[in-house]
Amino acid sequence: MVPLSYYLLLSGILFVCGVLGFLIKRNIITIFMSIELMLNGVNLSFVAFAAHWHALSGQVFVFFVMVVAAAEAAVGLAIIIAVYRTRETLNVDQVNLLKL
Amino acid sequence: MFHLILFLFFGAICVAGAINLLVQSHPINSALSLIAVMAALAAEYLLLGAEFVAAVQVIVYAGAIMVLFLITIMLLNAGAEERTKGSRVAILLGVPGVVIGTVLVAWTLLNRSNMHSVPIGALKGDPKDIARLLFHDFLLPFEVTSVLILIAIMGAVVLASRPRAVASGLRKDAE
Repeated sequence: MVPLSYYLLLSGILFVCGVLGFLIKRNIITIFMSIELMLNGVNLSFVAFAAHWHALSGQVFVFFVMVVAAAEAAVGLAIIIAVYRTRETLNVDQVNLLKL
Repeated sequence: MFHLILFLFFGAICVAGAINLLVQSHPINSALSLIAVMAALAAEYLLLGAEFVAAVQVIVYAGAIMVLFLITIMLLNAGAEERTKGSRVAILLGVPGVVIGTVLVAWTLLNRSNMHSVPIGALKGDPKDIARLLFHDFLLPFEVTSVLILIAIMGAVVLASRPRAVASGLRKDAE
């Protein structure tokens, strides 16, 4: 028997690590991975609450989060490739124009 | 007791992987530690009884999405991260804010919440029940996500393809 709050604490720690990576990291790919880490942390709290309230729809929502994450990864990585092609860098400090 | 030990073991792997993601300077090391985090999270889902979610986590997240990341890192030949100053405001205000927020949330969770326990395998999420829910109650969102995926695929192809001028120039060079 593990208290629900432990699961929520773990999901919170994962989310915070994602936020910190988003703030600290300068590499655009690592920043993107931090976003994935945040999504994973939220998924864990979805599943934990589904188990707590005995509602299976919490687990269904995890699938929707995964679908959105997959779509986001595909588009985001394509954008990263386009940025690298024009800027020749992955450092976010040197990407200062929206124009490609 | 055994449940708690398993939870702590995989939770420690999760947290260690997440911290390793922050510490490593090379993106490929960060990606590999993120895969470790996702595999350990799949084990946590199994402990909660969500079998199907755990399988999908391994197949879709650790399998498909992270392979996409690794391919991009290798394609762009991403080297170690250069240290630039970056946004001072983000680090000076953001990091303490995040730490304070974490401590507050952790304190609230541990002291103020009623400590309901979740038994091992609390809610069986077998594929049959999930499919019934997904294709009855959530049918419209399910169809909408298929449109979303289609649009994302087309957007990725358009964004990642070379500009037409460059591509035709390359073709002329080849001739």
